[in-house]
Amino acid sequence: MTTIHITPASAPKLAPQIRLHFDEARQRWALLAPERVLVPDEIAVEILRLCDGEATVDVIAETLAARFQAPLTEVRNDVIEMLQGLVDKGMLVA
Amino acid sequence: MTPVEPPLALLAELTHRCPLQCPYCSNPLEMDRAAAELDTATWQRVFDEAARLGVLHVHFSGGEPAARKDLEALVAHCAGLGLYTNLITSAVLIDRARLQGLAKVGLNHVQISVQGSEPANADRIGGYAGGHARKIEVAGFVREAGLPLTLNAVMHRQNLDELDEVIALAVRLGARRLEVAHVQYYGWALRNRAALMPTRAQLEKATATVEAARERLKGSLVIDYVVPDYYARRPKACMGGWGRRFLNISPSGDVLPCHAASTLPGMTFQSVKAHSLRDIWYGSEAFERFRGTGWMPEPCRSCDQREVDWGGCRCQAFALTGALDAVDPACEFSDHHAELVASAERESGNAPPDFIYRRIGAAAPV
Repeated sequence: MTTIHITPASAPKLAPQIRLHFDEARQRWALLAPERVLVPDEIAVEILRLCDGEATVDVIAETLAARFQAPLTEVRNDVIEMLQGLVDKGMLVA
Repeated sequence: MTPVEPPLALLAELTHRCPLQCPYCSNPLEMDRAAAELDTATWQRVFDEAARLGVLHVHFSGGEPAARKDLEALVAHCAGLGLYTNLITSAVLIDRARLQGLAKVGLNHVQISVQGSEPANADRIGGYAGGHARKIEVAGFVREAGLPLTLNAVMHRQNLDELDEVIALAVRLGARRLEVAHVQYYGWALRNRAALMPTRAQLEKATATVEAARERLKGSLVIDYVVPDYYARRPKACMGGWGRRFLNISPSGDVLPCHAASTLPGMTFQSVKAHSLRDIWYGSEAFERFRGTGWMPEPCRSCDQREVDWGGCRCQAFALTGALDAVDPACEFSDHHAELVASAERESGNAPPDFIYRRIGAAAPV
């Protein structure tokens, strides 16, 4: 196994043991992993909901840049940084 | 005082029955018999209550949870409630068809324990001939069923030198996560402490091995590392703090803040048969007893780590000092700390005694 590097052409999705779940009791999204719960911030949730294994980082960044009317390059860099962090934690694959 | 948060995880000890006899088993010395176990409908009602209360993870544990014929029905019920389901198993009672069935009803994750990497030694530690080979085979069935796999390796002086091979085994089996868990000394493990306690040199080498492997395997294998606190300076935050995150339900339905809490004298743990989980979590004396920081003695009460380690482990504090609210001896500020370290160094330096294997009725009272 080699370390995955997220690039604009990557098509990321959650690793098989990870679930993105809306936590009704606390009224917030949660990333459920074995023995771990991560509480992603609002932006991270927006990104993760687009990670279906088909959409590329480029497409995800374009979608979000349009939705939040933010500069594309900046959004793309933020998306890559956030996704790479989750890859390194073993929560995301691409 | 901070308000009580809802629990995050429920450890469902479905049964104390298990074909293995690991001498560090986390089950109590006095185990529940099969006839005392909760029935399917009661467990399902408990899971309904857990989901409403805010529980996100359900860990099916034991004993060996696959000894229950209704495991599939319980997993299916939890999956229907949106709970993350984790099967914690010795793997020896499971076959390919059963795993396919569990995957189909919505199981999210499987954790298989190994007693080492070397079959003869692992089978000797687990007290079950052929167990290791069976685990390797079942790990393959887990991956084949499309289920994510964690390998759990409980480590101690009699298998710690196999750690490199255990890590290689996890990679080879396609596990995404490995728990390297040094034995924690309560119940059976405390009874077997002299046979299990590693030397300080063994521990330091293991820690370095884990750190190097974490870096090397970043992104492909997550390694969780549970350290033995006898050589630590500060105690661990046992269960993330008493009554803060976890509920443990025994096979017969007692609700505990941790799986070892039944060793604490004078405490009454309520049963799901008589009370709702909500009432027990928010309203019972047992969950309130060591919650937060108000119960703490000095020097814990004014320690800047009090909301980091939450006063360590009550079961360990009681087992080693005889007092329920004593400072955990794993802490360097405990009057018992020097004695604790000395006992670890002494015991790990001597030849290990024979194991007292986990069997119903095997642990004579001391």
